[in-house]
Amino acid sequence: MKLTINGADHQVDAPPDMPLLWVLRDMLRLTGTKFGCGVAQCGACTVHIDGAPRRSCVTPVSAAVGKAITTIEGLSPDGRHAVQRAWAELDVVQCGYCQSGQIMSAAALLAAKPEPTDADIDAAMTGNICRCGTYQRIRAAVHRAAALAKGGVS
Amino acid sequence: MNAATPPSRREFLKTGALVSGGLVIAFVVPGAGRFAVAQAPRVGPSFAPNAFLRVGSDDSVTVLLAHSEMGQGIWTALPMLIAEELDADWSKIKVEHAEAAPVYAHTVFGMQMTGGSTSTWSEFDRYRQAGATARALLVEAAARRFGVKSADCRTENGVVIAGARRARYGELVEAASSLRAPATVTLKDPKDWKIIGKPTKRLDTPEKITGRAQFGMDVHFPGLLTAVVARAPVFGGTVKSFDARQAMAVPGVRKVVQVPSGVAVVADHFWAAKLGRDALKISWDLGPNASLDSTALREEFRRLAGTEGAIAAQAGNVGDALGKAAKTVEAEYAVPYLAHAPMEPLNCTVRIGPGKCEIWTGTQFQTFDQRVAAQITGLKPEQVKIHTTFLGGGFGRRANPTADFVSLAVYVAKAAKAPVKTVWTREDDVRGGYYRPAYLHRARIGLGSDGLPVAWRHVLVGQSILVGTPFEPFGVKNGIDSASVEGVADSPYLKEIPNHRVDLHSPKTGIPVLWWRSVGHSHTAFVMESLIDELAQAAGKDPVEYRRALLKNHARHLGVLNLAVEEAGWGRRLPKGWARGVAVHESFGSFVAQVAEVSVEDGRIRVQRVVCAIDCGIAVNPEMIAAQMESGVAFGLSAALHSALHLKDGRVQESNFHDYPVLRLNEMPRVETHIVPSSEKPGGVGEVGVPPIAPAVANAVARLTGQRLRELPLRLNA
Repeated sequence: MKLTINGADHQVDAPPDMPLLWVLRDMLRLTGTKFGCGVAQCGACTVHIDGAPRRSCVTPVSAAVGKAITTIEGLSPDGRHAVQRAWAELDVVQCGYCQSGQIMSAAALLAAKPEPTDADIDAAMTGNICRCGTYQRIRAAVHRAAALAKGGVS
Repeated sequence: MNAATPPSRREFLKTGALVSGGLVIAFVVPGAGRFAVAQAPRVGPSFAPNAFLRVGSDDSVTVLLAHSEMGQGIWTALPMLIAEELDADWSKIKVEHAEAAPVYAHTVFGMQMTGGSTSTWSEFDRYRQAGATARALLVEAAARRFGVKSADCRTENGVVIAGARRARYGELVEAASSLRAPATVTLKDPKDWKIIGKPTKRLDTPEKITGRAQFGMDVHFPGLLTAVVARAPVFGGTVKSFDARQAMAVPGVRKVVQVPSGVAVVADHFWAAKLGRDALKISWDLGPNASLDSTALREEFRRLAGTEGAIAAQAGNVGDALGKAAKTVEAEYAVPYLAHAPMEPLNCTVRIGPGKCEIWTGTQFQTFDQRVAAQITGLKPEQVKIHTTFLGGGFGRRANPTADFVSLAVYVAKAAKAPVKTVWTREDDVRGGYYRPAYLHRARIGLGSDGLPVAWRHVLVGQSILVGTPFEPFGVKNGIDSASVEGVADSPYLKEIPNHRVDLHSPKTGIPVLWWRSVGHSHTAFVMESLIDELAQAAGKDPVEYRRALLKNHARHLGVLNLAVEEAGWGRRLPKGWARGVAVHESFGSFVAQVAEVSVEDGRIRVQRVVCAIDCGIAVNPEMIAAQMESGVAFGLSAALHSALHLKDGRVQESNFHDYPVLRLNEMPRVETHIVPSSEKPGGVGEVGVPPIAPAVANAVARLTGQRLRELPLRLNA
């Protein structure tokens, strides 16, 4: 089947019910998208499908055919998406394992709501677990990313 | 200026060495008789990869880390130590995990490891000396080139300067490599520090925000297969027989092999391996632990708490003093088994070749991993090469003296006769044992007429972590595992109480246990700081005033207590329905006080704000210290509010984040960190934010609701 990932077409030979996560990681070597729970409880595997945040660990690859898939590798050409710049500015990461998913969730939130409230951030980001507890900086960085994007510098 | 005295002169820096176009600062391996150089890939087997930094002809300074980056920020802190003394250009710093080798052994524990919140303080001298020695060689090389004395040169931002003459470090590496290093180096006076003490951003951010960072889970090379292992549903169970036919029928499954702890399905990718495992039919011999039950264990612990145990601390005559006390307070506290649940499930990649075993994994315990892998493969430890990747969280789980996740992967690769990445599912991880042990405490405390304690009787019941490990000779004395009683037996409160006795029971249960971020302090701080509030209440005193009275001879405890309550505005009005609680605790050489502001919403405890004060001695990177306090609060709140494991019929009942919940973003309080200025030697940071949060919250809840909650996770009565 054919997948469109980060703007490029990929032909993959995978069972239709294989989760998109493992197609990305084990077949296409796009390992920025992480395995954390396998049951859509932690958000480490978050990607965008047609712009919406999706848990790739429970998304059958067949459901992504014909759609635009974006992973952390394709969020920006140079790692300078407003969310990534805000993350760097506020020194958000610790172990870093959950951060691809956090960043993808935050980017989808900002695309839908350019000026999110704390309640919006709660709703969009509570599905992403971070065991290092970077939540306070994540919240601040989402607000900062909104400001960066609004400033036309994104 | 401080003249540095190396820990062992024989092991100290002897020379520079030129390797692949750069200056390497090498340490002599005792008895090795020749100089060792960095970067094993290009050196022969008679060399040990034992250097701490490499200056490139491109001006880069590559710092080799003896410790593992798992979020705590050592990837930034150790380079700061070297860069300070080297006067390096911070923008030219590169960082790599060192390979497993004796020269990278922990300066105190003698083995390569990351744990106990020790990395910064244990390397404070060694990494500064490495930087200072490199600087001395570069200066000497420049002085010869300039035709001046070394003393007439200064260094700044990666350049040696003498009058109008300048030489970049990269230009000097070849000349510096031929020089003999000084026997001693002089370290900077702290007042001249430009990097140490400055809030410094992480160096690992760029790869971690773009998905490029390599965790163990991300390791790949051609021919690598992936395994998922079926293990017994009960600790210690073994395979009686298995039927692999249906597993082998799953497309992508290559092999099904038996290993000591179960049956591994080896496949082209994780998904096939997982489906293959689901299709396995296994008959288990469940062994002796098939009736384990956490409720029954609690009852057994309670029974033991009523009996005398091994004495961990004793003074005066506690029985007499309790009899004469004006008032007594008696309480029982309990905490459950906990999984570490790092975000990256355990995994390990192994490739075994002739005379060689290569391992890629995120580990805190390279030396143990190396030894265990050597035993399994029949190789020598030095033939086992460990590539340490980033760790997707550790919290102690990746520091196992049994090297469980490494040994499993080595067995799988050996049985499969192929390079294999063995991956644990989240369920495997949560149910895989090596938990924070459950503990039960019972205390009976007598107060004098002034309300202050005059007698303290304390019994702890819970499994020993150290018994049976190579750490037993260091940490277990007279039947007392120091990791069981730390925070109680050495409590500053008990020191001031003339009559006290602490007993310990260390029952064996069959449940594998391990250190979990802050180890014994994860339960002892909860119990001690809750008890102090109970005593203050019994005495009719303010909990802060009560602590000040008890801690009057403990300046650093008092320092953080006073700073936290001042910054929190203790005593000032709060929104209706909120209350404050406080706790102060010493662990890992540092002192932390936290004031928690708590409300109750729909019967659920909500932590609104935490004001944290820390005295960790010299604060090497204040930015990282603040991050670790936020992290410790979040980690501690998961245990305070949510997480618990239960066993029934030997089976762990929880399996994933739906039934083993952890703190999420919507519950994260605002955390404010204040650092006590200090010139004391550095203490730990990574774990020390965890212990005070549970009691601070419990104390606030008691004040708010009148309910004294003595069990974690905290559960309000309806």
